[in-house]
Amino acid sequence: MRFRNLQELMELCESESKTISEIMIQDQSEETGQSAAEIMTVMTEYYQIMKSAVHKGLTEETKSPSGLTGGDAKRVEAYRKREESSAGAIACQAMAYALAVSEVNASMGRIVATPTAGSCGIIPGVFVSAQERFGWDDEHLVRGLFCAGAIGYVIANNSFISGAEGGCQAEVGSAIGMAAGAMVELRGGTPEQAVHAVGLALKNTLGLICDPVGGLVEIPCIVRNGFGAVNALAAADMALAGVRSAIPSDEVIDVMLEVGSAMPSRHRETAQGGLAQTPTGRKIMKELRARKK
Amino acid sequence: MRFKNVFSIIGPAMIGPSSSHTAGAVRIGRFARQLLGAEPTEADICFYGSFAETFKGHGTDLAVVGGILDYRTDDERIRNSLQNAEEAGVNLHFSTGTAPGAHPNTVKINLTSGEERCEVIGASIGGGTVVIRNINGFEVKSSGELPTLVVAHADRQGVLAGITALFSKADVNIGYIITDRKGRTGEALTVVEADSAIPEPLIGEVTSLPYVSRVSYIHLT
Repeated sequence: MRFRNLQELMELCESESKTISEIMIQDQSEETGQSAAEIMTVMTEYYQIMKSAVHKGLTEETKSPSGLTGGDAKRVEAYRKREESSAGAIACQAMAYALAVSEVNASMGRIVATPTAGSCGIIPGVFVSAQERFGWDDEHLVRGLFCAGAIGYVIANNSFISGAEGGCQAEVGSAIGMAAGAMVELRGGTPEQAVHAVGLALKNTLGLICDPVGGLVEIPCIVRNGFGAVNALAAADMALAGVRSAIPSDEVIDVMLEVGSAMPSRHRETAQGGLAQTPTGRKIMKELRARKK
Repeated sequence: MRFKNVFSIIGPAMIGPSSSHTAGAVRIGRFARQLLGAEPTEADICFYGSFAETFKGHGTDLAVVGGILDYRTDDERIRNSLQNAEEAGVNLHFSTGTAPGAHPNTVKINLTSGEERCEVIGASIGGGTVVIRNINGFEVKSSGELPTLVVAHADRQGVLAGITALFSKADVNIGYIITDRKGRTGEALTVVEADSAIPEPLIGEVTSLPYVSRVSYIHLT
């Protein structure tokens, strides 16, 4: 790839008068020796899986094998259709869709890791709800996934994208930044605005720990995906309105690395701290262990 | 750069719930299956570290067995893999163990089919990415991300030159290559990872080389 950070990515876009997704498709093609069409085909398949997962989570049984989670996406979807929601129907819809995909994941359904399975609801939640709202064709959204991928590529190589390494900020936080930047591009914002959206979003999740109850990708991962979709919309709106990330986005990514590196092991996916070690978290874990034997 | 392309960020397509505990586990199982080159009759699976703690909750057992049945990471049959294995006549044995110093998400798989046996130790290091660390007792390193040839041979002068010459002649670029041996002039194992698919005739020619005893082709994508 010709870019190592968001600044270089933005400069490439400006010097070549291209969008972030166009640069990503071109560089991916050069890196792998595959044509742009071949790469688009793979990403199109991924987007179809995301749409199916949204649909499945809203219509089918999603109780997880542990029995701890399932059905929240349907609750939120029914609520938003039934009455006026506090966050507004659009945000509520993105939230329901994100919950749906995360519940499909927890119940061993088919998803796409974006960037991980634990954070797989956020990008589909934002993308699929926006597609319905704005009437975009699939190709527009597939291109948007390359924009999200370019942002994630920078975050992953300068910081981290796994909870075991950097806490939940690295998984859910990264996914929100990727979704926010991509939403800006999808709506016709500039690469510079997209990059600001990433910094704005990441600042809001810095320090978020990874503390899954029983080590399972369920509590609190699923609801954090729901919140994440709403945060991504908010960050995209701030950036499109002209709000800038006063601390440059690349520097915010560096902070994520600093904070994650300082995070104790008990807050990095080991289930030895945080929500996992609350009295209720421990009780759930004990029950799961007893059932296993 | 740890992450080399856009599909290591968006992707893989997979059956949930965890890219490291599920998708990675499928890939290690499938590596072992393709190393054996046949449907096994016996499969011994030993989980270590975090895998040992949470393999039921994450479906890591279903995932490894799905891989042993040659399923891809996004194959919905993974959910029923234990039953499917039983119906296919694969006897499964699960255990847990401790391995000091090993990566927290490590699994050891022993497969048997008739006279053929193989053993693989692999770790799932995040986002569905895996590292195969040991094959049949040989210390190696392979990600399974590229088309891979595992060549068992005797430790004799010229075997590696013979392998690389055949790849060169077939116009297939070698990305990584690693060799380990049990002892001087004893048994050895070479893992070759290529930048493109390895054609059948090339595999045949490598198999026919002097001192080469067995060749497996591993292609997980």
